Amino acid sequence: MAKRPNDDRKKEKGDSGNPKEDAIEVMATVIEPLPNAMFRVQLENKHQVLAHVSGKMRKNFIRILSGDKVAVELSPYDLTRGRIVYRYK
Amino acid sequence: MHRAGIIVWEVLTALRQFVRPGLTTMDLETFTGELIAGKPGHAAFKGYRGYPCALCTSVNSEIVHGIPSPKRKLREGDIVSIDFGMEMDGYYADSAVTVPVGEIRPELNKLLHVTREALDRAIDKMRAGNRLGDVGHAVQSWVEENGFTVVREFVGHGIGTRMHDEPNLPNYGEPGRGTRLQEGMVIAVEPMVNAGRPDVRMRDEWTAETADGSPSAHFEHTVAVTANGPWILTRPREVTGPAW
Repeated sequence: MAKRPNDDRKKEKGDSGNPKEDAIEVMATVIEPLPNAMFRVQLENKHQVLAHVSGKMRKNFIRILSGDKVAVELSPYDLTRGRIVYRYK
Repeated sequence: MHRAGIIVWEVLTALRQFVRPGLTTMDLETFTGELIAGKPGHAAFKGYRGYPCALCTSVNSEIVHGIPSPKRKLREGDIVSIDFGMEMDGYYADSAVTVPVGEIRPELNKLLHVTREALDRAIDKMRAGNRLGDVGHAVQSWVEENGFTVVREFVGHGIGTRMHDEPNLPNYGEPGRGTRLQEGMVIAVEPMVNAGRPDVRMRDEWTAETADGSPSAHFEHTVAVTANGPWILTRPREVTGPAW
């Protein structure tokens, strides 16, 4: 497996550094689109959370529709909100 | 590390025979699971920074870190890079080979040949007293002479008690520059060669592909610098000849 030099995922600091690093990633289905690029999504465990689209996905114009399967990152501190990090085809 | 490396070699050698049109990359992953079941140690990539599988399977324009998928079918004429690593008693070994699926176009054959030869040339430079720049230069000059390009965004790496350790070993460089190689160093040497432009684009968090869609090949061995010259840890000692 090749290494990515200068990849911030690879920093040893881990927990203290990047706030996005501790997120829990789960599968979810989009229920309804909301204003401001927010979505109501249902997690695999049936919980519903409010999720926004990650900056990287916005930059690349990944469109999300209701019914899409997505990967959502949840912060361990606030489990009612999440970040959509991937849309499955 | 050599014990882990031999298992890596056995798995890759078996996968090489196993590859045929019609299989999905997930079939390769499943087969790997069967191969290593009951063997000591465990697959090093699975869980590494959240990577979901034991193998990386990178088809055609995918350079490295393609994630096996039941939807990705291998077709006659494809090339697939299979990258695998084991951890045993805390030590890692990492290796990769690019395999043709059935009959492939002559250009692809040349790409595979040049990349494999680049690995051989790099390994030959893995001698105490040489510098990392010598190794990178050996790869770059050979590859570019043949009209291909080397990937800059990913590098070979020191390996031992961690899979990715210092130093980084780019596949380019100037002779006489960089860290001096000493006896006892172990480095994963892995030329990644694009048939077209060197630029890389990330399809998802893992999968790197060529920006221009041109095919890309990848060969890798874990190599120790010893008093007797380079020692390829990811194959049995009795195997000699070209790296793959």
